[in-house]
Amino acid sequence: MKSFVFPEFQIIRDEEKCGQCRGCERQCSFGTHTYDPLTDRLISDDYKCAGCQRCVIFCPKDAIVVRPTQSFYRPNASWSREKIEDLKKQAETGGVILTGCGNDKPFRIYWDHIVLNASQVTNPSIDPLREPMELRTFLGAKPDLMDIDFKGGDVEIKTKISPHLMVETPILFSAMSYGAISYNAFKSLATASKQFGTLFNTGEGGLPRELRAEFGGNAIVQVASGRYGIDAEYLNCAAAVEIKVGQGAKPGIGGHLPGEKVSQSVAETRMIPVGTDAISPAPHHDIYSIEDLSMLIHALKEATNYEKPVSVKIAAVHNVAAIASGIVRAGADIIAIDGLRGGTGAAPKAIRDNVGIPIELAISALDMRLKNEGIRNRCSIVAAGGLRSSSDIIKAIALGADAVYIGTAALIAMGCTLCQKCNTGKCNWGLCTQDPRLSGRLNTEIATKRLTNLLNAWSHEIMEMLGGMGINAIESLRGNRDHLRGIGLYEWELEVLGIKGAGQ
Amino acid sequence: METVEIDATGISTEDLNERLMALMLDGTEKFVLKNVCGQRYIGTRLYSKNGNKPRVDIDITGTPGSDLGAFMSGHRVRVHGNVQDGVGNTMDDGEIVVEGRAGDVLGMSMRGGKIFIRDNTGYRTALHMKEYLDKKPVLVIGGTTQDFLGEYMAGGIVILLGLGELPHNQTFIGTGMHGGVIYIRGKVDKLQVAGQVDISEPGVEDRKLLDKFVGEFIESFPDLGLNKEEILKGDFIKLAPKSKRPYAKMYA
Ligand code: SF4
Ligand code: SF4
Repeated sequence: MKSFVFPEFQIIRDEEKCGQCRGCERQCSFGTHTYDPLTDRLISDDYKCAGCQRCVIFCPKDAIVVRPTQSFYRPNASWSREKIEDLKKQAETGGVILTGCGNDKPFRIYWDHIVLNASQVTNPSIDPLREPMELRTFLGAKPDLMDIDFKGGDVEIKTKISPHLMVETPILFSAMSYGAISYNAFKSLATASKQFGTLFNTGEGGLPRELRAEFGGNAIVQVASGRYGIDAEYLNCAAAVEIKVGQGAKPGIGGHLPGEKVSQSVAETRMIPVGTDAISPAPHHDIYSIEDLSMLIHALKEATNYEKPVSVKIAAVHNVAAIASGIVRAGADIIAIDGLRGGTGAAPKAIRDNVGIPIELAISALDMRLKNEGIRNRCSIVAAGGLRSSSDIIKAIALGADAVYIGTAALIAMGCTLCQKCNTGKCNWGLCTQDPRLSGRLNTEIATKRLTNLLNAWSHEIMEMLGGMGINAIESLRGNRDHLRGIGLYEWELEVLGIKGAGQ
Repeated sequence: METVEIDATGISTEDLNERLMALMLDGTEKFVLKNVCGQRYIGTRLYSKNGNKPRVDIDITGTPGSDLGAFMSGHRVRVHGNVQDGVGNTMDDGEIVVEGRAGDVLGMSMRGGKIFIRDNTGYRTALHMKEYLDKKPVLVIGGTTQDFLGEYMAGGIVILLGLGELPHNQTFIGTGMHGGVIYIRGKVDKLQVAGQVDISEPGVEDRKLLDKFVGEFIESFPDLGLNKEEILKGDFIKLAPKSKRPYAKMYA
């Protein structure tokens, strides 16, 4: 059937500059560029281009420009080009449209409508280069009361303290499974967290055995509905265990790692046969209630000898605050919430773009609810889904998060250009692929450096902003909404965020 | 072999499992638990981080609580009585023998080891069981199960012997099944089985498996005086998925 969809991108090659080195041909896994020996020229097929910009960046002569195609349908506010083309694709295949990355629709981004405070005159600001500034964060359940004993000048804590995670900056790497991302990308995240003193999250694809001794201490290992790659060693080598209930990019549905991506090594880590579809059912079939969730939380605490905090990750949906309250009461030490713009290696587009609520509103609703119920101390909140900069992170913390997970941002640090083709498994940047030729492009040392650089830069910016507010520990900012003001927001939005309007 | 007997009357789940753990690390290899009543996760905690893999025997009288042997790595459990839900949940290795019946989601996501249940079991038995290379979980049930047997099943072997009074009445067998195999002794109508499952007669290799595991089942319950030849003589059907790629053609 002839496709009626026109190419998304247009490739323009400056023939004057091109040296026919065929670099672009080798770079593109989608087969966009081919060399024609007859004319000694490179030919590009716009239809194949994913817009990932790999060839543009790697062309030694800067000869290529890839830009959105100039062709257009008659402009129509209702029938956008995307709507027309998705429909055509479905008319041609009868299938569900899959995509990668997070929701790209213009829902309001609250980060961009919130401004921070700074000290003037009455409360002097602090210079982080001269004075101590604490970003170290402890994640886990804090006791309701702390019973202490003074013995000859010594203090002894009598209350039994639950296990905690310690991170040097409130920024953790979000769940990205080996299988969804390449081995090199996975290892770079692990190495960077170890070097920096933070944590990465294995996602539900297991933790390759050879990485356990070295990186287990920096890993949050996931237990998802598919229960892949789980054994006692996996659970016990980690810093914490996370039960994945939902994901911001696809709340309410499970996942399938298509058989094509289940390579020998992915199969070994997930412990399933090579080439089979790895299906994660939509729900955990042993969790149909808060009581059931409590049972799994405690089963995992048992399996790890009560030595590790257990986190529960949910997608931010309408009743997120009430659900989270149940999760805390079920015994979770950490709640991870993933908002509307959270990324994914593959999700049905209809779901990615339409289900869930923005993380900013979810953090605030959750923090306020737990405070009102007097149980905020019983768990830490880790917020995920759409954090793009240090200022987003500091705002998330002021709205009530203890720390954040970054996924998309970490991928961008390693080279991702948000082309949204992760689901094809052909990522030219060596990130979302199991093709050894492509994943080999990602140098783990360089990728690790790019990640630690990012953590460094953001942590420093957070310190600067904290100092500006006259605060010297990130803890003092948590849920401290007085340092936030809204701009251009409706009354109900200010109310949910729990902040005043600017000037108020 | 050192045996420790514990009267579980009034002991909480956490305390009981903590005692088992401490004793195991001290070298105890056999536990006899009396008067167990609802204590959960027995066997779950028993893992030693120092690399040696202790294997213990746990003999239980009473009714253990849910998630018996959840995430368990390699121990042997025998229960003189019935068990609740989630037995063998995500179990990695080991053996559980139950002289009685089991509740729902028995053997859910189990990846290795064996479970033998003398009587019937609840809903969603063998849900999403899976296998990898020679790590194949085996589940043999003397009676029958409720609906959704082998849902999402991705690997392993399930055998239903139908020795009890109840006929195989369950429906939705093998919904979403994409790996592994189920053998059922006795009659099952096509309408009870999900569309993506292939129904056939066991072949020579299947018969060998049946011979082996029915044999082990009989050995696990010597008091029943079961006769292997008699059981194997009965009609068996084999259920296996038509495709290992149920989602291959779903996307644009
Ligand atoms: S990489 Fe650049 S210089 Fe080399 S063939 Fe392609 S367009 Fe020409
Ligand atoms: S990870 Fe790769 S495929 Fe996915 S959006 Fe980034 S560049 Fe594209």
